[in-house]
Amino acid sequence: MSTITWPILSVLMWLPIAGGVAMILLGDKSIALGRWVALITTAVTFGISTLLWTNFDTTTAAMQFVEERTWIPFFNSYYALGVDGFAMPLIVLTAFITPLVVIAGWSVIDKRPAQYYAAFLILEGLMIGVFSALDALLFYVLWEAMLIPMFIIIGIWGGPRRVYATIKFFLYTFLGSVLMLVSLIYMYLQTCDAGQCSYAIAEFQRLPLGLNEQLFIFVAFLAAFAVKVPMWPVHTWLPDAHVEAPTGGSVILAAIMLKMGGYGFLRFSLPITPDASDTLDWLVISLSLIGVVYIGFVALVQNDMKKLIAYSSIAHMGFVTLGSFLTFELMRVNSGDTTGAAMGIDGAMVQMISHGLISGAMFFCVGVLYDRVHSREISAYGGVVNTMPIFAAFMVLFGMANSGLPATSGFVGEFLVILASFRADFWYAFLAGLTLILGAAYTLWLVKRVVFGPVANHHVAELTDVNGRELLVLGVLALAVLGLGLWPAPLLDVMRPTVENLVQQITVSKL
Amino acid sequence: MEAVVTNFGMQAAAAEIFLLTAICVILLVDVFLDDSKRWLTYGLTMVTLAGCAFVTWHYSVDSRVTAFDGMFIADPMGDVLKLFTYGTVAVSLLYSREYLQRHGLFRGEFFILALVAMLGVMVMVSAGSLLTVYLGVELLSLSLYAMVAFDRDSGVAAESAMKYFVLGAIASGCLLYGFSILYGVAGTLQLDELAVAVREVGAGNLGLIFGLTFVIVGIAFKFGAVPFHMWVPDVYHGAPTPVTLFIGSAPKIASFVLAIRVLAEGLDAMVASWQHMLIAIAVASMIVGNVVAIAQTNLKRMLAYSTISHVGFILLGILAGTTDGYRASMFYTLTYVIMSVGSFGMILLLSREGFEGDQLEDFKGLARKSPWFAAVMMMLMFSTAGVPPFVGFWAKLAVLGAVVNVGLSWLAAVSVLLSVVAAYYYLRIIKLMYFDEPSDTYSIEAGGTLRAVLSANGVAVLALGIFPSVLLDLCARVLP
Repeated sequence: MSTITWPILSVLMWLPIAGGVAMILLGDKSIALGRWVALITTAVTFGISTLLWTNFDTTTAAMQFVEERTWIPFFNSYYALGVDGFAMPLIVLTAFITPLVVIAGWSVIDKRPAQYYAAFLILEGLMIGVFSALDALLFYVLWEAMLIPMFIIIGIWGGPRRVYATIKFFLYTFLGSVLMLVSLIYMYLQTCDAGQCSYAIAEFQRLPLGLNEQLFIFVAFLAAFAVKVPMWPVHTWLPDAHVEAPTGGSVILAAIMLKMGGYGFLRFSLPITPDASDTLDWLVISLSLIGVVYIGFVALVQNDMKKLIAYSSIAHMGFVTLGSFLTFELMRVNSGDTTGAAMGIDGAMVQMISHGLISGAMFFCVGVLYDRVHSREISAYGGVVNTMPIFAAFMVLFGMANSGLPATSGFVGEFLVILASFRADFWYAFLAGLTLILGAAYTLWLVKRVVFGPVANHHVAELTDVNGRELLVLGVLALAVLGLGLWPAPLLDVMRPTVENLVQQITVSKL
Repeated sequence: MEAVVTNFGMQAAAAEIFLLTAICVILLVDVFLDDSKRWLTYGLTMVTLAGCAFVTWHYSVDSRVTAFDGMFIADPMGDVLKLFTYGTVAVSLLYSREYLQRHGLFRGEFFILALVAMLGVMVMVSAGSLLTVYLGVELLSLSLYAMVAFDRDSGVAAESAMKYFVLGAIASGCLLYGFSILYGVAGTLQLDELAVAVREVGAGNLGLIFGLTFVIVGIAFKFGAVPFHMWVPDVYHGAPTPVTLFIGSAPKIASFVLAIRVLAEGLDAMVASWQHMLIAIAVASMIVGNVVAIAQTNLKRMLAYSTISHVGFILLGILAGTTDGYRASMFYTLTYVIMSVGSFGMILLLSREGFEGDQLEDFKGLARKSPWFAAVMMMLMFSTAGVPPFVGFWAKLAVLGAVVNVGLSWLAAVSVLLSVVAAYYYLRIIKLMYFDEPSDTYSIEAGGTLRAVLSANGVAVLALGIFPSVLLDLCARVLP
């Protein structure tokens, strides 16, 4: 049992927001102090988040560290927080990545720096809130509110086409989520009919729903989460947003915000609409496989480093949705046996955490180069290893991890999902397995063109290797990637009861 | 429950009586003031508003009280709406003072007209019969026509006032015609008796439906809902900004209460008929308002179209025909007024000698010039767009819940999709403020009061967004 008696999740959520407000009040004039405020806030947040991990009870699927108080009686909505095996690792990931973003922007951001850090701190608090919300209305509020700081981050500190990219980002995700709102309202009213009005996600999961209702709700959720993940064909906002966002923005976007789509599928779609998910799993599986294969090819032909990594993100996130929805296929094949079914979800979760680390690291690598040369074009580089040997080592490592090399975290998730898809259908596994070739092709080719070969031009010749700050960021990430790759057991242990509980939940038809 | 107050209902109408007396006093005092002492009129107006608030609070009722043979109603909803009206009028005048002084409009008549318009709103809020409703409508409308034309030297203002007057007169005519048919069929002007009579005659009675149609036209016009919205952009654009600010605030409360008193109280048995009419009007308003707003380059015009779309949302709550719907609608109206007052206040904040500040371009780079007020405007815009955690989101949620509850999920889906369209033009303002460089070097010249009140207004939008219960519970309590 957890021994923490104070509201740890509220602290995790509100501490960064308070730090962000403090940053705005401090202003640009005292930015030297402000940077330390930002760093200390995020570091303390990460420190507290590790308490979540160490005090986490790995024997239960129930929500832990639960807080609940009345929020809006009119809507019967509660300020209810809590974590299970899905939410907790993602919160730790969020708290882990954000201080790195602060460090990475340390001396690079000179335009309105106080607001820059404030936006990231507030964003961190909101993201932690999204992962810990147990009330659907609270979840939705934070989910939408999160768009605001990201909109500002891309719009102010982004590249030349930042306005187009950020408005596209905002409207796309807003469009995706409004239909989710309508279905949340619908379910709320259904709970009223059942006697007790509630926005609690757990109530929604228990709510009996007819197949047609489920299908409508499923499609509404799909619109919200597919855009966020993003899945083909609603992925087009992501390359734009990634390319134009500042390094920190890209990192947060890839490492954490995309995970919210996957998290949404696991928290909402599967348990609330199990029969609709069962009926429409072919749709999600096909879109995921198209994403994995087609987007893999698209990534191959990119000239822009960030765009390439963005497309690679979409392909990798395809594994998350694939793994989540394989469950039904597995149960059909194994005639109801649930032991194998958990593997897909396990894989999806590991893939989310691992992709958070790797894609974040890849964007940091591009950021390191961009800060020096101010170009994201692959052709502007070549032979970087000659002038930046330490950096080159990191980039090769993360490239390997991105292509799923064993002993890196990238391998574990992909392997589990491919293994699960083998049990379901050979052709799923065949198509999913193509990513091992495609991923290796686009990533290693990128690394080859940027890192290896002769020194391409005078910009590359004048490059200086990573400084201590960058070394710290990349080093910490490298340790995490290798650690999770060599020893994924702790992560799997944390998730196990939750995954098994979810599989049990979705095997019971609501009809 | 209903108790008839003795002494002819003087207590129920105490606030109105006080206000009318005060208006007469201010009118007299103002005659003897020269321009350098005009601040006294302004001060007296503020004192009057405070006095009204005190009287309303002092004579507030716990349940419905009728007076003057049922012509006049005092109920908790009325008290809350009146108090809210005083607040918005006071804030509007605080925002407007500097602009009026700069443009030579700081004259006694302005305040008198504003107070008379407010009296009209109050009469509508407390109307217990169709005749009282009409009295309130005209009191409000006539004052507004004059206010729009208040800047005598402005051709645009005169033109829009003319347009407003002609169209408004037709709408009032429609409303009165509808009332007269209702009277002809039901034999009563009293709203509570009308409700009974409609049930006796039968809601399907052709005469009643015919009358209802005209009433709906009148209500839609006063709201500025499509297809009776033609006056809105021109009047919002043409009128001096303080007048636009005024029209965008208290009269919206009046339109809401007009719909509630006439449709929800008087014609509640005919909900099936007016629900269909209002669905068409609401959807058309949301589509036209949101789509046309995208093409505007003038902020006042853009906000006018945005108002039209918000009216569509307010109507969504009313057309649900349930108590929850009316509560939602009331909450939406109040939050809309808070946001609208703030948005127009921002225009007044930017304006200075020879510069209106009402073009979208004028907001360019505001985040550089004044980070705080750019943040205020950002909060207002996100709130108006319905993005959480700002109060506008809860307003949308409440009306959507009401609509889904009566089985109109498709209508909720249509309206949320249109609110995505709306998000685009609100985002554009944020883009101008935050992502663009300033095109001039002027700084904000507005005085301390305007700054303070506007800041409070912006903070209110956020605070009510995080703790919406404050206002929601109030709406739930007064509409049992």
